[in-house]
Amino acid sequence: MRASPEIALAIAHLDVRFGNGDDMVHAVRDVSLSVNRGESFGLVGESGSGKSTVLRAIAGLARDWTGRIAVEGEELGRDRSKAFYETVQMVFQDPYGSLHPRHTVDRTLGEPGRIHGVGNLDARIVELLQDVGLGAEFRFRFPHQLSGGQRQRVAIARALMLEPKILLLDEPTSALDVSVQAEILNLLQRLKREHGLTYILVSHDLSVIAHMCDRLAVMNAGRVIEEMSVDQLRRSEPTHNYTRQLLKASLGYDRASVDALETFD
Amino acid sequence: MTPQPGKPLLEVEGLSVRFPTRTRVVEAVRNISFSVGREKVGIVGESGSGKTMTGRAVLGLIRPPGIVESRKMEFDGINLRSLTEKQYRSIRGNRIAMVMQDPKFSLNPVMTVGRQIAEAYQVHTRASPSEAKRRTLEMLEAVRIRDPERVYGAYPHEVSGGMGQRIMIAMMLIPDPDLLIADEPTSALDVTVQMQVLAIVDDLVTSRGMGLMFISHDLNLVASFCDRVVIMYAGQIVETCKATELHAAKHPYTRGLLASLPRVDQPKERLSTLTREESWKTEPGVDARVS
Repeated sequence: MRASPEIALAIAHLDVRFGNGDDMVHAVRDVSLSVNRGESFGLVGESGSGKSTVLRAIAGLARDWTGRIAVEGEELGRDRSKAFYETVQMVFQDPYGSLHPRHTVDRTLGEPGRIHGVGNLDARIVELLQDVGLGAEFRFRFPHQLSGGQRQRVAIARALMLEPKILLLDEPTSALDVSVQAEILNLLQRLKREHGLTYILVSHDLSVIAHMCDRLAVMNAGRVIEEMSVDQLRRSEPTHNYTRQLLKASLGYDRASVDALETFD
Repeated sequence: MTPQPGKPLLEVEGLSVRFPTRTRVVEAVRNISFSVGREKVGIVGESGSGKTMTGRAVLGLIRPPGIVESRKMEFDGINLRSLTEKQYRSIRGNRIAMVMQDPKFSLNPVMTVGRQIAEAYQVHTRASPSEAKRRTLEMLEAVRIRDPERVYGAYPHEVSGGMGQRIMIAMMLIPDPDLLIADEPTSALDVTVQMQVLAIVDDLVTSRGMGLMFISHDLNLVASFCDRVVIMYAGQIVETCKATELHAAKHPYTRGLLASLPRVDQPKERLSTLTREESWKTEPGVDARVS
């Protein structure tokens, strides 16, 4: 595992298992990767490939892991400290499920602030709402009064409350219409520039990864099978057959190439 | 029943779907006309554009207080507007089938997958139980389920979302429908499985002359998969074109949607976003019938 001031996140030989005995699922197998400060790193793969589980292990939501995870040079243990959440925050896939239906936007945004003793919370909430393009008039609304895109903006604002350095983005736009996806992706790009953030973005959509990231890792059946730069991806230079297949399928339907599809496990 | 040649399988003229609420009437579909022949017609639009309600209206699945109005709704010479509920039942699932978006809510949770599919087959064909089972296993294999025997005896909660979607597709295809309405049938599937499932449907259109109404929000997929595309916005058809010409679409809404897509092959600094014009809602819709 590399340790340098440039590295925001380093993972070495990460294994994550769920359940016991015959029912055990080995979701992540020997994953190693490192993400530089200020970089956007993509994790791409199909459902069940383990990409979200990697994020959840970093965030402390999947607790049964072995290996090493270091954030900003500090090795993480089983439990996450309060300070950890001031460095790392997560945005979830489903904006309908990740906001409490009976909490106003004000309460949702204020909660991390109150737990961590953020000063001048009132002004901070208004500032955050403006930052994510919502404006103060959204402050006392409930989630059901917001569209999917607006909800995801609230979730992003909540993640920014503690001024983290690293955002873990788990399919942040897959539940949204394409025009709303474009708005959220643009917002994420702007926030990254303005706040000097580091992103780890999980997506099944290669074009979203290509648009947002500098480098990416392709996962299949719990393993990272290939790591490359987005430039290599754009030049169609993946070396692994699985990645090539994924790239081809993401360009659209082609009857002739369907019969040639392979199964990788 | 052999469908008449030369005529489209489904012809719809002036279809509107409305839902009265306490304060106003929601117009989900506004006076649209389209036809589906033995081809793949993609219906594209964002959430709330009315594409799903269009599919449900064709199947007679809009229930009161919802209001369906049309000047014409004809399927293979049958006037759908005059059908009784009983007559509709003999067509629905048999000659017109619909694959719904979410398998979780469409499968019976307390019945094994195999029994559900076999039942769907027996209701329409009066086949013997053993024949129904044989056809069911065949169909499960056709939708690329690797272990059909195991899946036959499994309950819906025991299969993954992608598998559930394939089971739904198997169930809808087993009575050999003339028209398949597929509502985002593959959006829950991984891309490679998605391609395989589409190939199955594609082959049915080609070999058996099935008609397909493919409801989707995925423009790239529709452009590469379908023959013709209908673009819906706010309950109306704003544009229609050949699928191969979708990338040269003219309506600002369609162009805006296309431009907002990130692309692997064309890096962009910033994605363009869609500015919706109020006039798109008031301008007259487009007739998407071909004769």
